[in-house]
Amino acid sequence: MAVLDIRDLSVSYATPRGALKALRDVTMKVPEGKITGIVGESGCGKSTLISAIIRLMAPNAKVGSGEVRFKGEDLLSRSEAEMRALRGTEISMVFQDPMQTHNPVLTVGRQMIDIQYRDKLSKADKRKRATEMLALVGIPDPQARLNQYPFEFSGGMRQRIAIAMALMAKPSLLIADEPTTALDATLEVQIIKRLRELQDEIGCSILFISHHLGVIAELCDEVVVMYAGEVVESGTVRDVFHNPAHPYTRALLECDPGHIKVRTRNLPTIPGNIPDLVSLPTGCIFADRCDVRYDACGARPVMATASSGHQAACHLIAEKEPA
Amino acid sequence: MLSYILRRLGLSAAITVLAVALLFLIIHMIPGDPVSTILGPKASPELRAALEARMGLDRPLPVQIGLFFMNMLRGDLGLDVFSNRPVTQIVLGQVPYTLVLILVSILWSAVLGIALGCYSAVNRNSLGDRLTGVLSVSVIAVPAFVVSLYSLLIFAVKLQWFPAIGAGAPADWGDQLHHLVLPSLAIGLSWVGYIARLVRASMLEVMGEGHIRTARAFGLPERQITYGYALRLAILPTVTVIGVGMGFLLSAAVFTEIVFSRPGLGKLVIDSITTRNYPVVMGSVLVSTLIFVASTTLADIVNAILDPRIRAGK
Repeated sequence: MAVLDIRDLSVSYATPRGALKALRDVTMKVPEGKITGIVGESGCGKSTLISAIIRLMAPNAKVGSGEVRFKGEDLLSRSEAEMRALRGTEISMVFQDPMQTHNPVLTVGRQMIDIQYRDKLSKADKRKRATEMLALVGIPDPQARLNQYPFEFSGGMRQRIAIAMALMAKPSLLIADEPTTALDATLEVQIIKRLRELQDEIGCSILFISHHLGVIAELCDEVVVMYAGEVVESGTVRDVFHNPAHPYTRALLECDPGHIKVRTRNLPTIPGNIPDLVSLPTGCIFADRCDVRYDACGARPVMATASSGHQAACHLIAEKEPA
Repeated sequence: MLSYILRRLGLSAAITVLAVALLFLIIHMIPGDPVSTILGPKASPELRAALEARMGLDRPLPVQIGLFFMNMLRGDLGLDVFSNRPVTQIVLGQVPYTLVLILVSILWSAVLGIALGCYSAVNRNSLGDRLTGVLSVSVIAVPAFVVSLYSLLIFAVKLQWFPAIGAGAPADWGDQLHHLVLPSLAIGLSWVGYIARLVRASMLEVMGEGHIRTARAFGLPERQITYGYALRLAILPTVTVIGVGMGFLLSAAVFTEIVFSRPGLGKLVIDSITTRNYPVVMGSVLVSTLIFVASTTLADIVNAILDPRIRAGK
């Protein structure tokens, strides 16, 4: 069963130019006990998607339609109080910039104790649990470190603390929004490894957002590729990375510096720009930049099955689809 | 923490020395000769010379400044030219009145201003926020002496709710408090608006920061986020402004003390300037300077207590 099951989710932002349709009919799943990655370039709606999941959206955002089913129950129909009860217990988050994640004038210990406010434990027990969590993510001398302030930690350490905080309540779903983007490459590897180990230990599902293909390939079991507010391809990491079905995924993989074998002067790019999300094109969202577009692309493609558990929103796949 | 406080106190001492030296020079540059003012135009040269010698005005300026500092450290600010009473005694007798007035003013205006600022930030763009905004800007624009005069006319003369003049009977706390209401209203009113605007802006800035999003993502109660997490940070610039604001309050107190005929430093300064009573001018302005330096120092120390980054010098 999927921990998180998003169906036909559409979200738009009210702007002076009109409604900016940031997400359109997004359908995706996070299976239990698995790590699911979302990959896509800036502005593809990754962040809008996660803010819609935990319902912490910008004031001008509006959910048009769809469902966000968490353990079978639609989160969009929950009250704000019911949502708050879920945040930090069942669903927790790790954010992108570790330098901004913690309150700068409160000690790390105080912040880690505060988020346990629901538990009927003594303060000493809460403190003990915070110490254990810090030790678990590899912070040396955690007992003493609890009395320090965020500015006394490095970026990598702060991100570990953020992960410790997110996992403290043993959530069913951890959402990580580009948690390693602000860190350097060595730290990135460390954090990814630790996250993988902790996921094994705690057994939660993880929704991991990144624009870094290598990290997704390393860490995730399944991957969802997003482009301009739509899901264009989804499947296991193996299928999607070795046998990409959507022209956008192929282009994205070709542009990844890690994939380039031949020496080249200029790094490859995908020509063109993301379409204007206020006035959308009628057909396929990627048609303008696609190198294999043809007549059918004037109509919007639906998700078609490339192979079992591997789907892409492309007319070429729909044609080949085994009936 | 201790090293921060020591460093800060050292800086304050340096500022005080510089301020006093400047003050001494400024007073000597004011046109008008104290000896002529005191003795009148028909005084004999011998009498003038005697008075000049008594006031120390016959010595070179650097010597006068040096002597002043030496005496100041001993708590001796000279003698009142007219009554021959020690200036220290005169000034210190007036300090409590002014100090109570500005402390009460800043206290009520800070409490109300911070509350209104938080309300505005939490209910951003609501009717209440807009109303608070308009009222804040209006009261900021009204000078303290205008509020003094009108509150005197309305609440003391017309409605007779509060006394019009004086500071109340010396031993009667209730009476003194009753006498404080209108003057502290006059001085504090514009500060309510100013602090409300400041707190609103800095709360909105803090509420948009990443750590507030984290706190929400952990489901912390909104009350705790607003007052425990956001206000703890948003209050820092306000503390600094209040510290500096004590200086403005001291000058606002001058008008108010005159309008309400309250004893106090402001009234003392005006009275002694008009009579060219140099030692008293010097003494009362000196004490005002000390109050100002002390309040900014205190504000910085409070900020260091609230913000560990300042303590660490980051």
